[in-house]
Amino acid sequence: MAQLTIDNVSKVFGSTSVLQDISIEIDAGEFLVLVGPSGCGKSTLLNMVAGLLTISGGQIRFDGDRIDNLEPKDRNIAMVFQSYALYPAMSVEKNMAFPLRMAGFSKEDQTQKVQEVADLLQISHLLKRKPAALSGGQRQRVAMGRALVRDPKLFLFDEPLSNLDAKLRVDMRTEIKRLHQRLGTTILYVTHDQVEAMTMATRIAVMEGGIVQQFGTPAEIYDHPANTFVATFMGSPAMNLIDAVVSPDQQHLQIGAVNVPMPPGVKAPAAGTKVKLGLRPEWFGVGDKAEGTFDMPVRVDLIEPTGPDMYVSVKLDGQSVMTRLPAGSDVTQNSDCTLRVALDKAPIFDAETGLALYA
Amino acid sequence: MRLLRNYVPQLTLLPSLILVAITVYGFIALTMVLSLTRSKMLPRFDRWEGFSNYLKVWNHPRWEVALENFAIFGILYIGGTLLIGLVLAIFLDQRIRIEGSLRTIYLYPMALSFIVTGVAWQWIMSPDLGLERAFHIWGWESFRFDWIKQSDLAIYCVVIAGVWQASGFVMALFLAALRGVNQEILSAARMDGASGPSIYWHIIIPALRPAFLTAIVVQGHLAIKSYDLVVALTRGGPGFSTELPSTFMYEFTFSRNEMALGASSAVMMLVLVMVLIVPYLYSELRNER
Ligand SMILES: Nc1ncnc2c1ncn2[C@@H]1O[C@H](COP(=O)(O)OP(=O)(O)OP(=O)(O)O)[C@@H](O)[C@H]1O
Ligand SMILES: [Mg+2]
Repeated sequence: MAQLTIDNVSKVFGSTSVLQDISIEIDAGEFLVLVGPSGCGKSTLLNMVAGLLTISGGQIRFDGDRIDNLEPKDRNIAMVFQSYALYPAMSVEKNMAFPLRMAGFSKEDQTQKVQEVADLLQISHLLKRKPAALSGGQRQRVAMGRALVRDPKLFLFDEPLSNLDAKLRVDMRTEIKRLHQRLGTTILYVTHDQVEAMTMATRIAVMEGGIVQQFGTPAEIYDHPANTFVATFMGSPAMNLIDAVVSPDQQHLQIGAVNVPMPPGVKAPAAGTKVKLGLRPEWFGVGDKAEGTFDMPVRVDLIEPTGPDMYVSVKLDGQSVMTRLPAGSDVTQNSDCTLRVALDKAPIFDAETGLALYA
Repeated sequence: MRLLRNYVPQLTLLPSLILVAITVYGFIALTMVLSLTRSKMLPRFDRWEGFSNYLKVWNHPRWEVALENFAIFGILYIGGTLLIGLVLAIFLDQRIRIEGSLRTIYLYPMALSFIVTGVAWQWIMSPDLGLERAFHIWGWESFRFDWIKQSDLAIYCVVIAGVWQASGFVMALFLAALRGVNQEILSAARMDGASGPSIYWHIIIPALRPAFLTAIVVQGHLAIKSYDLVVALTRGGPGFSTELPSTFMYEFTFSRNEMALGASSAVMMLVLVMVLIVPYLYSELRNER
């Protein structure tokens, strides 16, 4: 049985519909990441699971029991907020003990539990300080500590790392992931950063415009995007979408004068259909032809070295294509060259609906 | 020229600095000097009295009443405006629909001068004109409200009028601070299991600390300054039962031609302010860091 079930949930603010028919199910111990651009309704969904917002339709169930009509405190859920939401007038210790105090634990139990969690998060030396005297990363830990002391069944995180600098963000990402593996708790995590989503999640729900565009494991989302939105949202640099037409024999895609073989995993539509061919930048390479690749004549437009790789923007029949090549690849700006591209995972999308056409 | 340009900010500030130095600190110093002389109607600096004026003030029965009243008035006025202001602000913070107009109504008394408040409340609390008479006309014959005529209760009338006047202002201070409380913190408190009243008690009111500081300092100095309210409401009476240090000072300096005594009482008021407010400010501001 699924542990958390979000069943056809919708949300309406006044007359604007913010979420439509959201359905997601996760098992105990999963790490679900809700990812999507700003304003797509991620926080709204999270707050509805937390009980801070009412739901306009559908049900939320936990271990099979409805929780959408319960008070937040009765749901056995803890939440870490984007601004950390530490209580400014209380010391770190009091902050962390607050949920226990509200639940009526004895002083000794409070102290003991807080100490345990503080040790786990390595913040024991900060217990007497006020939040104002902590760095961003330390506040982050305290906020997690306050969520952990209650042993909740479900953790909610709303963009917890977005206020940290790049390096700390990577560290905390690893740490949250490690914590999840160690404690085995169920986590529902909101972010607009697709790298966070890919690295931490056991399952991802990609949202846009109040709709779940795709729900699946990171590999499914990355390798089999359901539509052009998911395809371009996940991955950096984004997947290229190249306008193409299905050839009369349905075995090729015509990109201007270039004839690309139909990728293996797709269901070829009728001849003459306009489609978009999805090519990830890292599928391009230079060098000898290999099995399942195609030699593509392109003109090099711009070269951006990044260290280990270089991002090379090329023109294919007038369309811009971003490629990622190993540093030191033999390409020169403003010259023609041939790149080979692996087509084995390439998806095609209906040009009208944007939906992927898999076999 | 370059030198001049470097000092432009200082030079522009200079006139106001000089003005403040003379009118504020200069006159404080002058008052201190006066308090050591034998000045009567006009300042005289030819006869020195030492500290005997202070002893006279300190032993004066009216000063004793003034201090006692000041303690009653100060505590009840500051405490009352803080409490009522806070309750009103929390009430308005429930985002009720008529909030806009209520806020104006509560704030309105602040727009009146203490003189107008004093006169208005004098009428309201006067047994012959105000509440008592109104209740009698409406048929409640036994109703009595003549505090303003009773020497031991009249000071509470001053408190009532003062609290009425200033509560709206304190409410506005607290309301602004309440609106500034981070919504995520309130959400966090709800998730942590705090209910409405305990959210206010544990989270919101402690977060209003800076607003409390502002309110206490503003109300504190109003309490010490308050002169016009008493003059308009009771003229210090009945007898001198609603005397405050400020009315004492005015009476002796300007009506009774005892300028040196008045100056001594003024200096003692200054010391009083320092003793009461400075330690509080010090501890609060040190805590900030
Ligand atoms: N109280 C409200 N009344 C009306 N509209 C609202 C309200 N709260 C949120 N919205 C709208 O709902 C949509 C989703 O908001 P939400 O905060 O869930 O976005 P989000 O995905 O969390 O975005 P971000 O990544 O910027 O945090 C937005 O378009 C927002 O304008
Ligand atoms: Mg959000």
